[in-house]
Amino acid sequence: MGKPLEINDDSFEQAVIKAELPVVVDFWAPWCGPCRMVGPVLDELAEKYSGKVEFTKLNVDSNAGSAGKYGVHSIPTIIFFKDGKPMQQVVGARPKKELQEIIDSLLA
Amino acid sequence: MNDKYELIIIGGGPAGLTAGIYAAMARLKTLLIEKMTLGGRILFASKVENFPGFPDGISGGELAELMYKQATKFGLEIHYAGVEEIKYREKRNVVKTGDGSFEASSIILAGGCEHTELGVPGEGEFIGKGVSYCATCDANFFQERVVAVVGGGNAAVSEALYLTNFASRVILIHRRNELRASPILQERLLADPKITVIWDSVVKKVQGQKFLEELELGNVKTGKITRLKVAGVFVAIGFKPNTDYLRDILELDKLGQVVTNTLLATSQPGIYAAGDIRSNSGRQAIIAAGDGAASAIFANNFLRGL
Repeated sequence: MGKPLEINDDSFEQAVIKAELPVVVDFWAPWCGPCRMVGPVLDELAEKYSGKVEFTKLNVDSNAGSAGKYGVHSIPTIIFFKDGKPMQQVVGARPKKELQEIIDSLLA
Repeated sequence: MNDKYELIIIGGGPAGLTAGIYAAMARLKTLLIEKMTLGGRILFASKVENFPGFPDGISGGELAELMYKQATKFGLEIHYAGVEEIKYREKRNVVKTGDGSFEASSIILAGGCEHTELGVPGEGEFIGKGVSYCATCDANFFQERVVAVVGGGNAAVSEALYLTNFASRVILIHRRNELRASPILQERLLADPKITVIWDSVVKKVQGQKFLEELELGNVKTGKITRLKVAGVFVAIGFKPNTDYLRDILELDKLGQVVTNTLLATSQPGIYAAGDIRSNSGRQAIIAAGDGAASAIFANNFLRGL
């Protein structure tokens, strides 16, 4: 474990909405430079929270449905889900510490 | 006890990552500290056409990823946290971050610049809902919509041109009546049938319901207020250096950039500066990379007492 799981519109329900653990969804696309480099930060967090939080990434280029549903108009966008509900959403590259604090608040 | 290093590099754009490659290859015990994501400002470039070695151009994201791979391949250690303060104590620099303190004899400042925000009502509220600072990232969400770009430099004009591949219409809003962008970009802009320019104007307000719908513009010469219906606004009005935390320890110019000599040394012994953070840097990825290499060599000489 440690690497975020690649999900799509079809697997979204199962992987995010019905998940038992809190889920972090990283909305990204290959054309988005900042998205590429959010990867290494999320990899580190996925490692740290392994077994406690699921980390996933969704390519908005081929999965416009989920992006549209959650009103994603700018990437990278990271949405934090708990019990199938979006609890918090951050837009743009963010400090690792801020992401960590959001995750800790979901686990509290 | 703080973790001790020979060299700390602050900032992970082309300058910091290149310094990291050189330092790691020189087997200096090095830590690179990055507050957000590695790659710096080139991440926002859809295509970098002037970096030698890539005759067909390369996206900024890909170029950043390659630099990152190259630096970590040689063992560069990376820590994600914002730097809050540097203090000089007993011949060591103590770098305090939001997540731990670290010490090193030498430091390379490679923190680059941040984009300037409009600073008008509604801007913050609509980030991710129509307000964007990255056309490369977000253009695709504005297929067949009308969008505006604010600014008149290379970044603004490049973004406007890039957006024509997606948007139905692109309106460039510039506060003066001439552009700062390079002549070749200006030629492309003025020849593009999808782009119109609104001169002598600034954005006063950003408004809408759930998503951005309208900009309020003010003409700087006549004072006249007009409204412009757009689905998106891309802000590219310039950059400011990330140097507030350095103000008390070394010399900055009046723009807040770090003053260096020809050996990239700052006014503080052992502290070097590389890339866009530096006074009179050319604000180019290749210059930043060159600075990064040079600063690592000079820092290494300093550490070896040369």
